[in-house]
Amino acid sequence: MGLDRRNFLKIAGLSALFGLGGKAAVDIFAPGELEASMEAVPLTEGKRWAMVIDIQKMDEELMNKVTKACHREHNVPDLGNPKEEIKWIWKEDYEHSFPGQQHHYIGDDFKQGSFLLLCNHCSNPPCCRVCPTQATWQREDGIVMMDQHRCIGCRFCMAACPFGARSFNWGDPRRVLRKEDLKKLNPDYPTNRDYPTRSKGVVEKCTFCAERLAKGQIPACVEAANKVKENALTFGDLADPDSDVRAVLRKHYSIRRKPELGTEPNVFYIV
Amino acid sequence: MYDGGKIITGLIIGIGLFLFPFYYNAGKAAKAPDPELTPKAKEAKVCVMEKAYMTANHFSLLDEWRHTVVRDSNRYFTAENGKVYYKSLQVTCLDCHSNKSKFCDQCHNYMDVNPYCWDCHIVPEEKK
Repeated sequence: MGLDRRNFLKIAGLSALFGLGGKAAVDIFAPGELEASMEAVPLTEGKRWAMVIDIQKMDEELMNKVTKACHREHNVPDLGNPKEEIKWIWKEDYEHSFPGQQHHYIGDDFKQGSFLLLCNHCSNPPCCRVCPTQATWQREDGIVMMDQHRCIGCRFCMAACPFGARSFNWGDPRRVLRKEDLKKLNPDYPTNRDYPTRSKGVVEKCTFCAERLAKGQIPACVEAANKVKENALTFGDLADPDSDVRAVLRKHYSIRRKPELGTEPNVFYIV
Repeated sequence: MYDGGKIITGLIIGIGLFLFPFYYNAGKAAKAPDPELTPKAKEAKVCVMEKAYMTANHFSLLDEWRHTVVRDSNRYFTAENGKVYYKSLQVTCLDCHSNKSKFCDQCHNYMDVNPYCWDCHIVPEEKK
């Protein structure tokens, strides 16, 4: 080997230089490309769906109405037992909605009020990272989608989700609802005969109404809320600077649930 | 052979019992399934693909549909004649073929296949 000490040092020095300057060099010659491949999903591609919830415009009655609209649309049963509860969109108190942000002097309106929660369709979803079968994954438009055909019910995603947005079907919902007391709670189940139910042993959650978006409709919850109060819920594309959601977010101060975890939720709350 | 008579009699009875179903059903071929079309399906005349393809490969088509719908959010299917269909077992297929027991189950029972589609997808109520 004809490599003397001098040449070795030269090569080592050049390599180190290139290693340090690599990212900068790529940034100069092909701006944005490296960043795109370093992000979980390139933001430039497609759209990025998001929802803004105006807390001021929400009240208990409206929240119940919105929940009912969603759950009826997607055949979500009321199992009458919090341990087996299946929820796509639901009410929660302040402390559990925004933990870490509470203090002694918050007004009673907030402290005792409820907040409308749903899947945050995070930009950096931990549930998708842990799914062993890729039954849950992030679409290019940002929606964290579920493929019930592929879910094996391991519930890793439920453990990974810091927002409790996922529910497990402990039993076949159709069979469970044959019990007398549950029949009374769900008299006309399945409520939407154009949408499937779920089977035993799969995880389910909000899909931002992917099936309605495909037809050019807005999500069922937004539709139901806006029938009662204009702009209580706003749905739109974060990637488009002229969209409704971007306009609302520019105008008002908004917060998100557990932003410190870095999952980048896409559901915003105007306080 | 000790107790040869008993053993041979036993064997004959055993084999006889074993072969009984073959005797009993000999010459009687099981009725071939004959899926029945609803008036609506008859009127439409064409399915999303040719009849021969659908008979032999509907499950491949359905599998492709469920995959492209859920994973690629590609929800519309253009047939050869240019007609566009909404890709949905529950909404599109069962709209025409609303008689699951006489259309789907006929062959599925004959072939002894148990597709789990109906665990989630809702079957239309059939008029008796």
